[in-house]
Amino acid sequence: MAETLRIQDAGEDALIVYWPAVSTQTLLAQRRVAAALRRQLGLSLIDLVPSYNSLLVLFDPFSSDAFAVRMAIRQSLSDGKNEAPYAKPASLTLPAYYSHESGPDLDRVAKHAGLSVEEVIERHCSVDYRVYAVGFAPGFAYLGDIDPQLAIPRLETPRARVPRGAVAIADRQTAVYPAASPGGWNLIGLCPTSLFTPGEEPCMPFAVGDCVRFRAISRDEYLQSGGALP
Amino acid sequence: MSLRIIRPGVLALIQDAGRLGQHHLGMTTGGPLDPLAMRWANRLVHNPTTSSVIEITGGGLEFEATADLTIAVTGAELPLRRGDQPLPLWQSHHLRAGDSIAFGTCQQGLRSYLALAGGLILTPQFGSTATVVREAIGGTDGRPLQAGQHLSVGASEHRRCLRTPKLARPDYRRCAEQPLRLVIGYQWAEFSPADRARFLSDTYQVTERCDRMGYRLHGTPLRAGSQTMLSEGICHGALQIPGDGQPIVLLADRQTIGGYPKLGSVLSLDCARLAQCAPGSAVHFTAIDMQTAHQILHLARYRELSMKPEVVH
Repeated sequence: MAETLRIQDAGEDALIVYWPAVSTQTLLAQRRVAAALRRQLGLSLIDLVPSYNSLLVLFDPFSSDAFAVRMAIRQSLSDGKNEAPYAKPASLTLPAYYSHESGPDLDRVAKHAGLSVEEVIERHCSVDYRVYAVGFAPGFAYLGDIDPQLAIPRLETPRARVPRGAVAIADRQTAVYPAASPGGWNLIGLCPTSLFTPGEEPCMPFAVGDCVRFRAISRDEYLQSGGALP
Repeated sequence: MSLRIIRPGVLALIQDAGRLGQHHLGMTTGGPLDPLAMRWANRLVHNPTTSSVIEITGGGLEFEATADLTIAVTGAELPLRRGDQPLPLWQSHHLRAGDSIAFGTCQQGLRSYLALAGGLILTPQFGSTATVVREAIGGTDGRPLQAGQHLSVGASEHRRCLRTPKLARPDYRRCAEQPLRLVIGYQWAEFSPADRARFLSDTYQVTERCDRMGYRLHGTPLRAGSQTMLSEGICHGALQIPGDGQPIVLLADRQTIGGYPKLGSVLSLDCARLAQCAPGSAVHFTAIDMQTAHQILHLARYRELSMKPEVVH
């Protein structure tokens, strides 16, 4: 297994590990390596950024060095098999109100896919998505892969303001905007669930590797769950 | 309450050493753009070097001491005044309640650091007080300091004033003179040899699009090696080449993941130097490896710690 991955310098305090493909095995390997590195490097480990097929390992160059961190990565792969089971990926269902008023790009997405709006909604709700990465903004999860027929490029000109809770798609990815922000993804609905709440524990309902599924809800249910309309 | 902001200038932000270990939430680090200047400001007022300070971009801050305070200002060269009296930078000063302090416009460099003996009293968010405006996190309400705002400072003993030895002070007139050292990494090998050679021999201009998130440079465009790549983790100083071929050096408020190819990462010491460069400055790069980077960092830390503040008589 150790032979199939590549460890590359990234910066003075960072190495990046690449797996050959984006897959469930890669996600599980990332989790295993992350857990082992936390234990082996202790305070020399500053942070970890898993994303798709890579894991960025940030370390303290004053208490460790690239040789030690490379060795720890190699070791975490070879003795990973004998380790106690790590936390199983969690599953989460996010309610989404799909409509013209909540998803201004819904019609265009349907037209692009050659499907009816109802079919778009059904297909978007019928997949267990993986959290491939968290970034861009606190609580923003890159979910994939969406039905290939729904795949659609980003907007040529990003919107200056995408509302909080916007359910969006771009290429073969989908996501929910945790807060209002600029954004270039195609908007198809709104989710009333709060995805980033500083001060609460946990402040984010998912982690990289978890499963997320969408469930279509009515306008009433959306409003009753605390959702707002833009 | 110990001080009142009269006017904040262009941008005044509370910063500490930065928010570490929160990338799994998608949160960036923040922290000072010129950490050496920030640590000196704290040392001059006998604070721990990671205490919260105010980072001032472009000068222009004015505040009134509403209690007796000891302060130090380091970083960019600018006129600093208590009323009509000029105050030296890189030195601590005792203020009386009622004194007002005004920062002029930067003459060299862009970022100044104001440390207050006893430290600013703030509630950290996710382990840090560093303000990241884009995330609305840190400082006070995740916002830049506002006119009329009051801040509290912790208690401190009255101690002698200190100054930074001349040898330890960066020369901001020469920020862009020495090359920026790039630790080669990430997709370096995927760029063509011609592009890599061009990148290391060309001069780049700092554009107007330079902020705490990143510095956008302008020069002969490079062709990215791999056209499509998966988003991946971005470390401090990462030098990315977006579609237009113009480099961006990612700094304290960078996004945590991104999908543009990168040539490596600029050494932290040189990121601090770059962040003191104003738009229009010409910069150039040289390539180093990780081991050389570590030697330079250790030497710089040794040098910093061996320089002791001088007592002002």
